[in-house]
Amino acid sequence: MIMTKELWEGNAAIAEAAICAGVEAFFGYPITPQTEVLEHFSKRLPEEGRVFLQAESEVASINMVYGAACAGARVMTSSSSPGVSLMQEGISYIACSEVPAVVTNIMRGGPGLGNVQPAQGDYFQAVKSAGHGDYHMIALAASSVQEAIDLMVLAFDLADKYRTVVIFIADGAIGQMMEPAEMPPLRPVRPPEERVAWALTGAKGREHNIITSLYLGAENLEQVNLRLQAKLKKIAANEVRWQEYSTEDADFLLVAFGTVGRICQTVVREARAQGMKVGLVRPITLWPFPSARIAELAGRVKGILTVEMNAGQMVEDVRLAVEGACPVRFYGRMGGVIPLPDDILPELDKLDAGVASGREVQS
Amino acid sequence: MQEEIIISGFGGQGTLFAGQLLAYAAMDSGHHVTWIPSYGPEMRGGKARCTVIVSDEEIGAPLVRRPSAAIVLNIPSMEAFEPTIKPGGTLVVNSSLVPQRSERDDIRVIYAPATDIAEELGNARMANVICLAALVEATGVVTLDEVKQALEDHLPARHRKLLGLNKEAMDKGAALAKAGGGG
Repeated sequence: MIMTKELWEGNAAIAEAAICAGVEAFFGYPITPQTEVLEHFSKRLPEEGRVFLQAESEVASINMVYGAACAGARVMTSSSSPGVSLMQEGISYIACSEVPAVVTNIMRGGPGLGNVQPAQGDYFQAVKSAGHGDYHMIALAASSVQEAIDLMVLAFDLADKYRTVVIFIADGAIGQMMEPAEMPPLRPVRPPEERVAWALTGAKGREHNIITSLYLGAENLEQVNLRLQAKLKKIAANEVRWQEYSTEDADFLLVAFGTVGRICQTVVREARAQGMKVGLVRPITLWPFPSARIAELAGRVKGILTVEMNAGQMVEDVRLAVEGACPVRFYGRMGGVIPLPDDILPELDKLDAGVASGREVQS
Repeated sequence: MQEEIIISGFGGQGTLFAGQLLAYAAMDSGHHVTWIPSYGPEMRGGKARCTVIVSDEEIGAPLVRRPSAAIVLNIPSMEAFEPTIKPGGTLVVNSSLVPQRSERDDIRVIYAPATDIAEELGNARMANVICLAALVEATGVVTLDEVKQALEDHLPARHRKLLGLNKEAMDKGAALAKAGGGG
């Protein structure tokens, strides 16, 4: 079949990509700026003979996801910042139970109810994991509609491969914008007889399976934790993804993800047009973070500018990676304000001036 | 080539659809394109705008502070965007609803009495495609035929009976731009 590009809105594309990836069931609750994810699913999932259910709340949604995942279904939920906060308890249960699930967060301005404009204030929530206990989610961040599609498919594959929670994060701008994009081929859902061996399918003619997040003995629970940590270590070793632009000869490095990541592509072009050799690292997996690559580049550049739509969250991971090898400056906007190239270019000049004068360049 | 186009007006004037039509035409003619709306707690009669970027190379920032072109369908949009257009850029003004003239001498301004023309043709809601045609004619970002083809391919089924009328409206908009746009 010849695939052609269509003009896709980010939110609808996320839902359609999940359908192509073989999602069997979606449970969710509407919230701006991602309600179009539900809208698209509500039309398309019944057409494909799959399950769409609008739950009574985000707490219910994530627990329905937990249940369906235990039964071996490919399953997901979607929300925006305040809704994802409500899901954290369930996500922690899913992480401990080691069942695959995908959660998407189309971030809006916070904290609190905040507003519905694009923001990246949930980096910590996604990367450090806001649920209780020791775990990480694999965190994927898209900066275009096509990348959102590709990462949704990857999200399901990684969730299955590692029996883990994958969180896909984007902001309202990616959710609302339209770009030409191509869908992958439509995968059928797994037939019931091909359910994975650990799934809770009724134990007919076999020993029963147990999926739980409750281990009352301290030593038992420590063993579970050690197993989880070993798995996370494997993920960290194998699944780091990022994209680089013009880093080969860069004197200065930008680090930015999602919408800001693509805006910084324009900054690289404009800075180079003005004679400043700037490169960009755009992390695609926020966890695991491309620390090794950033550390390597930090040894070669004069300074790093991290740009985010928050008060400075990913910059902590950049500084951990850099370990003082070069100055790291931060520029951020909050509340739904999107930093544009005109805002970011002067920050590069400040970094340059700070490096040249040997002054403290952290902001 | 890169054109950054803002289309702005009241909710209900078809600003978002005009932008989508341009985005379809740009995509179908092989360009990179992004379309991004203003969104939030909006309503019919409130403000509505979108930014469309058409480029020969991969598009970074999908938003701009200084567009190379704009369509303003009402007075608040004129006030907001007329001062922001890059020198050498293009402004299409719906002069049926915007009485003021631009004071800029470094941009090309086309005054299109689009709502009046659309009403004469039988449907005031076609003011958007009249202005879009004028913009396309003036900037050459895509061709008028590419926009017409996009309309044919992407007009929602419930509006298909208006296809011929819309094309007629576009011809009038393009003619205005060709004639110099003094309307």
